[in-house]
Amino acid sequence: MTDEMIKQAIIGIINDINPDEDTSNIDAATRLRDQLDLDSMDFLDIVMELRKRYGVHVPDTDYEHLASLDSCVNYLRDKMAGKELVS
Amino acid sequence: MTTDQQQQGFNLKAEGKRVLRGSSGGRLQQKANPVEKAKGEYDVIVIGSGLAGLTGANVMATQGYRVCLLEQHYNYGGLATWFKRPGGHIFDISLHGFPVGMVKSMRRYWSKEIADSIVKLESIKFDNPQFSFETEFTRDDYTNKVVQAFNLDRAHVESFYNYLRKMEYYNNDGTTTGEMLERFFPGRNDVHRAFMEPITYANGSTLAEPAITYGIVFSNFMSKGVFTFSGGTDQLIMKMRKILAANGVDMFSGAQVERVLVKDGRVAGVRVNGREIKARSVLSNANIKSTVLKLVGEENLKPDFIEQTRAVRLSGSSCQVYIGIKQGEEIPFITDLLFCSTAERFTSEELCDLRTKSRTFSFYYPKTRPHLPNAGYTIVSSNNARWQDWQGLDEVEYEREKNALIERTLDHLEKYIPGVREKIDHVEASTPRTFNFYTQQMQGASFGTKFEGLDVSMKLSEHVPGLYHAGSVGIIMSGWLGTVNYGVITANKMAEYLHVAKAK
Ligand SMILES: Cc1cc2nc3c(=O)[nH]c(=O)nc-3n(C[C@H](O)[C@H](O)[C@H](O)COP(=O)(O)OP(=O)(O)OC[C@H]3O[C@@H](n4cnc5c(N)ncnc54)[C@H](O)[C@@H]3O)c2cc1C
Repeated sequence: MTDEMIKQAIIGIINDINPDEDTSNIDAATRLRDQLDLDSMDFLDIVMELRKRYGVHVPDTDYEHLASLDSCVNYLRDKMAGKELVS
Repeated sequence: MTTDQQQQGFNLKAEGKRVLRGSSGGRLQQKANPVEKAKGEYDVIVIGSGLAGLTGANVMATQGYRVCLLEQHYNYGGLATWFKRPGGHIFDISLHGFPVGMVKSMRRYWSKEIADSIVKLESIKFDNPQFSFETEFTRDDYTNKVVQAFNLDRAHVESFYNYLRKMEYYNNDGTTTGEMLERFFPGRNDVHRAFMEPITYANGSTLAEPAITYGIVFSNFMSKGVFTFSGGTDQLIMKMRKILAANGVDMFSGAQVERVLVKDGRVAGVRVNGREIKARSVLSNANIKSTVLKLVGEENLKPDFIEQTRAVRLSGSSCQVYIGIKQGEEIPFITDLLFCSTAERFTSEELCDLRTKSRTFSFYYPKTRPHLPNAGYTIVSSNNARWQDWQGLDEVEYEREKNALIERTLDHLEKYIPGVREKIDHVEASTPRTFNFYTQQMQGASFGTKFEGLDVSMKLSEHVPGLYHAGSVGIIMSGWLGTVNYGVITANKMAEYLHVAKAK
């Protein structure tokens, strides 16, 4: 999976858990929390969806790595390697 | 389950117009072997079908695990429950109102259909010797009302909300809710009342609780209003059961878990009605104290953890009075929720006094159950109560106090609906003893434990790997929304545990 696809994977999850959010202009370097109306349950859902869709496990000590799209990409690059984007 | 069974469970006899029952009323007789059809092993066994247990079970099932749900009562739902009475009455126990967050949680962890049945309460009223006003309890409207009623500076009230919103679980500095209210609104007992009373009704907390518990719960509520489930608790639980069945969860009622089995220091399963069932992980939705002290047992735990658990204080309990309006009679729309009191001043002690002058009336109009062609009117009065006050009464005193509670409640109601007594064909009361009897919550605790219980709950799996707890605990994880979300949080940890355990 390319870096761009990892971003798409995360945005796809956010779109599904929060259909009312506008995700078209997310700045990859800024914390997701500061741009979208996401609470701690939303982050938990991202973790659960990563597990469900991609079999990727994020232990709770690593949640901080999901702060922005860029940090997601860095953290997930190895874990998502070779996986197909699920829509 | 048939209607027959449901009524039998409460086994009532009408005594003229008034129907009363003691907390020693019969429970449904056990089926020969309620867990006969259970398999020998599961990935997850859930003990208890409160909202946290149900939701935890569903989340685990949707993540692909084999789940078994065991409930000691004949009905599912725990405190999210209802009962039926002759005359077509259906009484909801804990469907008074929850924050808007339930819409999102129901959509994600249950179904869109359930989420779409959540509706906003039209009106909430306060009435006591210090103030009276009606509000939608949205942030805007409530702020308008308190600014007006108490002549406050709007910016100051907003700064109070913002302060509350920023509070986080990890920065509990020991300030109490009472101290915080005093700091923001010094000497204003009336303002403290407006901010605290609804929260005490919602979770049994007092002014002595850590301010953080108030901050989190109040912020959840102070947003888009107070919401309820259209259709009634019975419809909600029925829909949840269907979803669980569709997701492959094996569910058994009348299934009393006696023990959590621990082998080689980790969880190995449960013993239920004398039978052992293996499990790779267990989620207990029973009270945290009973989970640790009774289900796991001291021999499996370190003494300091046992001490820590023993020191956890339970939350308060409740009394309720269930009032059924005769079929064919109507009552006017008063409000949906009425926080009322005849006590001159507000204190946390008065609210849970044996003979408190403060109560919440929930009015259920036909709109509560729009699917029923002849849905009627019911009114449920709730007040906070102490186990200690009710526990020691002998049968005669107990009946007398229950009757006195009913009379006080009806007198109070007459003030808002003159002549209502003539329209009533069913009244009964429940007390901390009733809650204890039906839910097996120690001391009839309605809202789990005080704040310190959360730490024990969250650390349980460090002491017994594979064993988790979810359910009302620590004040912030209570109520419908709190327990549903805690079920999800815990399920997520369990999935992680099962993944790691498998990899090893
Ligand atoms: C009077 C009252 C009014 C309330 N009103 C509201 C309200 O308006 N809004 C709101 O949001 N919240 C309200 N609440 C609070 C809310 O109902 C509870 O916080 C919530 O339902 C508790 O869910 P829970 O998951 O903790 O489990 P519980 O409801 O406590 O359920 C636990 C379940 O586990 C079962 N169990 C326990 N031990 C065993 C065992 N050993 N084996 C098998 N099964 C076992 C029990 O039978 C029970 O079914 C109210 C509570 C009360 C008492």
